[in-house]
Amino acid sequence: MADIYLDNNATTQCDPKVVEAMLPFFLEQFGNPSSIHSFGAGVGRALGKARKQIQALLGAAHDSEIILTSCGTESDNTAILSALKCFPNRKEIITTTVEHPAVLALCAQLEKEGYTIHRLKVDKKGRLDLDEYQRLLTPNVAIVSVMWANNETGTLFPVEEMAELAHAVGVQFHTDAVQAVGKVAIDLKKTKIDMLSVSGHKLHAPKGIGVLYLKRGARFRPLFRGGHQERGRRAGTENAASVVGLGKACELAMEHIEFENSQVKALRDRLEQGILAQVPNCFVTGDPDNRLPNTANIAFEYIEGEGILMLLNKAGIAASSGSACTSGSLEPSHVMRAMDIPYTAAHGTIRFSLSRYNTQVEIDRVIAAVPPIVAELRRLSPYWGEDGPVTEPEKAFAPVYA
Amino acid sequence: MWDYSDKVKEHFFQPRNVGALEGANGIGDVGSISCGDALRLSLIVNPDTDVIEDARFQTFGCGSAIASSSALTEIIKGMKVEEALKVTNDDIADFLDGLPPEKMHCSVMGREALQAAIANFKGEEWADDHEEGALVCKCFAVDEKLIEGLVRAHNLHTVQEVTNYTKAGGGCCSCHEGIEEILMRVMQERGEIFDADSAPAVAEPEPLPIAAKASGGGMTSVQRIRRIEAVIESIRPNLRMDGGDAELVEVDGNTIYIKMIGACSGCGMASMTIGGIQQRLMEELGEFIKVVPAEKLAQPPQQAKKVAHG
Ligand SMILES: Cc1ncc(COP(=O)(O)O)c(C=O)c1O
Ligand code: FES
Repeated sequence: MADIYLDNNATTQCDPKVVEAMLPFFLEQFGNPSSIHSFGAGVGRALGKARKQIQALLGAAHDSEIILTSCGTESDNTAILSALKCFPNRKEIITTTVEHPAVLALCAQLEKEGYTIHRLKVDKKGRLDLDEYQRLLTPNVAIVSVMWANNETGTLFPVEEMAELAHAVGVQFHTDAVQAVGKVAIDLKKTKIDMLSVSGHKLHAPKGIGVLYLKRGARFRPLFRGGHQERGRRAGTENAASVVGLGKACELAMEHIEFENSQVKALRDRLEQGILAQVPNCFVTGDPDNRLPNTANIAFEYIEGEGILMLLNKAGIAASSGSACTSGSLEPSHVMRAMDIPYTAAHGTIRFSLSRYNTQVEIDRVIAAVPPIVAELRRLSPYWGEDGPVTEPEKAFAPVYA
Repeated sequence: MWDYSDKVKEHFFQPRNVGALEGANGIGDVGSISCGDALRLSLIVNPDTDVIEDARFQTFGCGSAIASSSALTEIIKGMKVEEALKVTNDDIADFLDGLPPEKMHCSVMGREALQAAIANFKGEEWADDHEEGALVCKCFAVDEKLIEGLVRAHNLHTVQEVTNYTKAGGGCCSCHEGIEEILMRVMQERGEIFDADSAPAVAEPEPLPIAAKASGGGMTSVQRIRRIEAVIESIRPNLRMDGGDAELVEVDGNTIYIKMIGACSGCGMASMTIGGIQQRLMEELGEFIKVVPAEKLAQPPQQAKKVAHG
């Protein structure tokens, strides 16, 4: 039996059509798109086409608003650092407590350099308080950076509304839409979003290709200086094959966005309900009414996530606990902590993230596999009694040695 | 790589009217080897009829410089001198089915060589009216020297103002950093500071209606029309620099009909220019103004002309 891949928020499989579109750009059309000769000219045209495909998926008004980068992280860093350069007298940044490390780690560094970072808190369901946001939104702020969809829980933030509010006070607005693009309908020309980050490998394009959308007219300073590529806004010879692949992936994402929000969503709901119906003491984290169609994040109380993942892996099922980047650390994810999920549950959160390649047969196999795994781990847990949690687990088992 | 039209390629691979011209009575030399572009245009003009009977070129330059020179000779052969003087760089670009924006200066050089050759035929001295600097805005082929001159002459403070005067920065906007640098430099010279924080985070693409004053703002309609004419007059030198002009045709409430002439009319930049005039008029009159090309006044809306500078 083939293994089942339910970790699509970490990365996705390239669509075979994407690979097919890319192949000629390794052996035949390997020229530099800036060159005059025929080896380069065709590549230049292919990049132009890809740019249009990306523009279409994002609903950008102009193809020159698409800046090709090397990944989502580069796009995030470029956006924030650009705003700080454009507005040297503004020393504040607004972001959230639940951003990806691509934003949070940069902000932590900037804090050391003297910037004031306002990290918006979330409630137990991972939702923002827009009143707090509006209070902080002053002309001292250089940029607001708020993710469109959270990578761990799939919770969506009202970025379009938040961008309007930022625009009204003349503050640039950036959104990390790495998880949202391809799963949520986006029409940037109708929004006040100034910058938006995309990462190819989350939508069936290869790793190592990204996009920074930059609204026409938004002030900008490049991170990389060098050649004239990307109209001088991001120097470096284009990763032509990957750009072509991303273009194709965007075209396919357009075709499948309905499917994601109907079929994939139905599979996700089936998985979630199937597990919740059979396993006691587990719950969905984040905001179930307002989230990505492909993501289910379930907290299994009184057991630890890595054990679940290892047993799932043995059963041929790939999922993840929290974000791929936080596994390897013993701390529960910053997203779970921000939502105030108790430690007894935060350590046992598992993210199942689906794609258009998953089938109902696969989902039913997972629904069957999960309950015995959880039961087995609970049998070993000092916080679990005969057939339920011990009373007051945190007191019942409080080791003296930490 | 440049996306050259088939016409450009044809005129590059098979250039017409190449070489020196025996018995030429009008010779125009422009450019220099240091800028990488130099062009000699030689004409034989019939002194009785003023008709250009033959034209040849010698060009040192890129593919589109050669194609532009070739196109120019084809355009002007058989023309009267007075007619030929009206040929603009856009005519040359149109003849070639468009040039990439970065290459528009090649057609400008063609027009300048023509003006110089005709001056030479008439026994006049042709005054080179512009110095070429580094290209700042690729979308509209505007160089540093031009922007710097206008920032000085008109005391400009913002990128938006530069766009209104030169079109530079009114396309993809990637040149705004370069324009801001020029503003900073020139403003520093006059003892001012370019205030990065007061620049809008995002340039508003659509002009905002100015609600403060009611239509007319207390002016009589004659005063108002005079103000409108004065604004057009102030923009005129820029339009002329591009070989064009604008003329006030009709004022109907907030709608102002303006006829675009020469290089400005029908070219891809006409709408840009109109946007710039509209912006200036709104600032000047303090009311919402809509500028409409005069053709829309009399005739039914005509088919949009092909935009040559894709
Ligand atoms: C929300 C979010 N932002 C940014 C990234 C980083 O993208 P990349 O891996 O392309 O740098 C990820 C992927 O892990 C993500 O989920
Ligand atoms: S380069 Fe100036 S607007 Fe595009």
